Amino acid sequence: MKKELPEHFKAYKHVWVMVELERGHVHPVSWELMGEARKLADKLGVDVGAVVIGAPDAGAREAAAESFAYGADVVYLVENPILAEYRNESYTRTLTELVNTYKPEILLLGATNLGRDLAGSVATTLLTGLTADCTELAVDADKSLAATRPTFGGSLLCTIYTLNFRPQMATVRPRVMRMPERHEGRIGRVVEHAVALEEESIVTKVLKFLPDRSSQTSNLAYADVVVAGGLGLQNGENLQLVRALANVLGGEWGCSRPCVQKGWAPAERQIGQTGKTIRPKLYIAAGISGAIQHRVGVEGADLIVAINTDRNAPILDIAHFAVATDAIRFLPALTEAFRARISPHANDRLAG
Amino acid sequence: MHFVVCIKQVPDSAQIRVHPVTNTIMRQGVPTIINPYDLFSLETALRLRDEMGGEVTVLTMGPPSAEDALRKALTYGADRAVLLTDRFFAGSDTLATSYALAQAIRKIGDAWGAPDIVFAGKQTIDGDTAQVGPGIARRLELNQLTYISRVTKVDAEARTVELERRAEGGTQVLSSSLPCLVTMLEGSAEIRRGSMAGALRAARAEITTWSAADAGITDLLKCGLRGSPTVVKRVFAPAPRAEKAKQIEVKAKSRETADDLIEALFEAKPAMQADLEQLAAGL
Ligand SMILES: Cc1cc2nc3c(=O)[nH]c(=O)nc-3n(C[C@H](O)[C@H](O)[C@H](O)COP(=O)(O)OP(=O)(O)OC[C@H]3O[C@@H](n4cnc5c(N)ncnc54)[C@H](O)[C@@H]3O)c2cc1C
Ligand SMILES: Cc1cc2nc3c(=O)[nH]c(=O)nc-3n(C[C@H](O)[C@H](O)[C@H](O)COP(=O)(O)OP(=O)(O)OC[C@H]3O[C@@H](n4cnc5c(N)ncnc54)[C@H](O)[C@@H]3O)c2cc1C
Repeated sequence: MKKELPEHFKAYKHVWVMVELERGHVHPVSWELMGEARKLADKLGVDVGAVVIGAPDAGAREAAAESFAYGADVVYLVENPILAEYRNESYTRTLTELVNTYKPEILLLGATNLGRDLAGSVATTLLTGLTADCTELAVDADKSLAATRPTFGGSLLCTIYTLNFRPQMATVRPRVMRMPERHEGRIGRVVEHAVALEEESIVTKVLKFLPDRSSQTSNLAYADVVVAGGLGLQNGENLQLVRALANVLGGEWGCSRPCVQKGWAPAERQIGQTGKTIRPKLYIAAGISGAIQHRVGVEGADLIVAINTDRNAPILDIAHFAVATDAIRFLPALTEAFRARISPHANDRLAG
Repeated sequence: MHFVVCIKQVPDSAQIRVHPVTNTIMRQGVPTIINPYDLFSLETALRLRDEMGGEVTVLTMGPPSAEDALRKALTYGADRAVLLTDRFFAGSDTLATSYALAQAIRKIGDAWGAPDIVFAGKQTIDGDTAQVGPGIARRLELNQLTYISRVTKVDAEARTVELERRAEGGTQVLSSSLPCLVTMLEGSAEIRRGSMAGALRAARAEITTWSAADAGITDLLKCGLRGSPTVVKRVFAPAPRAEKAKQIEVKAKSRETADDLIEALFEAKPAMQADLEQLAAGL
């Protein structure tokens, strides 16, 4: 298909990021996207706009200030008590109105529950294209957004364009993009926009919010060290060895998908295409073959160690170091060795 | 009550190939299944029907062979199956897919009563966009309720629903009204096994097959490639990494091997030791 952008879309300019503000907390994926938006905007010679939607409170103001610190030039701020909790209807109406009023050429959202819920309905309302779960965003010679995403389980990549509609929309999963540097004190322009919303016209009500018990939610996606186990550990009890090592390293533990399917671990611990994407400084994979669906979730790690009896396992294609030994025997030894090297106690000894 | 469940037939593995020239999927020879996420929605719909009475209609858009997925849904206990199939739908992105499905759901409503709840899966395992559910909701102006872990109450009289939705850091307990579109989370219900009687019934059941025209879809510019704002320009293989992993020699004592590994790590990334010490100290 050729690019023949209709005249009325030519006024669409600037790169926007939807800042996910939920219950006073901004999802870090928003800042990861801001870093990407900055790069795209600099290439296009346009501004980065941050959309901050929420209740009129400190949280929204803080999110606006943080948007500047992470690279936004303009913040589109919509404050309304009705927007205190995320609801599809009120947020879709708000974001659609902002787009129609200020006309961005690119609109990026996190591929979180909120982002996917909102992106799907906004793109349909605007009748524009939406590319899901991108791993690379670029602008090509004719200034179109080239959105690249893995397909068929990551065995292939495809580049998708929204040539003749605006905005060009894309979602990106948390941790896929690097967190940009934060510039304290950086400021910009705030555009306050009022949206006419009445509570009576919003059908869906939030009756209650039940926060997760902290033990339930893992910080897997954002951990600096992750130790994970796979089927090579033979049984669910042996995942304890993975947990013990993660514990000594002050990191999080995870697993491959079959471990979840066998009931060895809860779904939130799964790493990979249909689980979490991680980006730790150190990733240790024990008894994991490194199937492509697993691999796409861990490739962003700085250093990867594979403990695998098979010297030809695919995980070795992405690992930096490998130990060809029985993980069940090796993990306790590694845990002890790390404990000796890095525990605060060992540190005291060195200092003393 | 009338529940419509959208199901997609997907390849039973990610090992499908893409034609290098045409960038289209080569599905030949790959076994197909109902998209696993759709089963949780189907199960939820079947349970609601069993409790409250009514009917479950399953709908799929796909090639004629997608009939297999519908028959499978019938063995689970769905009452009726509709296959939307037409070459005009080829190459649909999510916007075009949701248009076609929404039109078919309207037609289903005309034929057998307007649906009270339309179900879709959270996402598929092939396209994996999670965009079709919201797309259908918008086009039919249904209340959009995604990532639902539990439908706690459906009141047919008052036309209200209560549900639990997975949100960042917790669960939203929501009330909304019928008609709505719901996507269920995986693990939200235990999937029943199809019965022998169900299988026999399914084998004999008539599947309603509609072309675009049958479903009342007249605006073909909104269908297939022409109705898709996204354009797949390039499909390519990721570049392999140049060097393979460095093997740490395995010594007789595991502890020695472990020490060697740690040494190699700290050598490769000098900052790592300090990082790990901080982490271990809980800083
Ligand atoms: C649509 C789709 C989505 C998927 N999504 C994901 C996903 O998100 N995440 C994911 O992980 N998978 C996913 N998978 C599954 C994936 O294809 C693989 O099947 C899976 O990752 C394999 O898990 P594994 O490495 O633990 O097991 P296996 O492939 O069985 O590998 C076990 C490994 O352990 C080694 N081993 C055996 N014994 C020992 C021992 N004693 N010590 C050390 N090593 C040993 C073996 O050499 C082998 O390499 C998905 C698949 C599909 C089709
Ligand atoms: C390589 C590749 C990449 C693609 N990337 C994109 C992209 O980024 N953006 C885009 O708009 N399109 C994309 N598409 C097109 C997209 O895969 C198709 O539009 C597909 O028909 C629906 O999308 P999905 O599989 O992602 O469904 P999802 O949105 O993940 O499906 C959610 C639910 O909708 C229902 N559903 C979906 N399809 C059907 C159906 N045919 N019949 C009945 N119910 C259904 C099911 O209940 C399903 O669980 C891509 C296609 C390919 C080949």
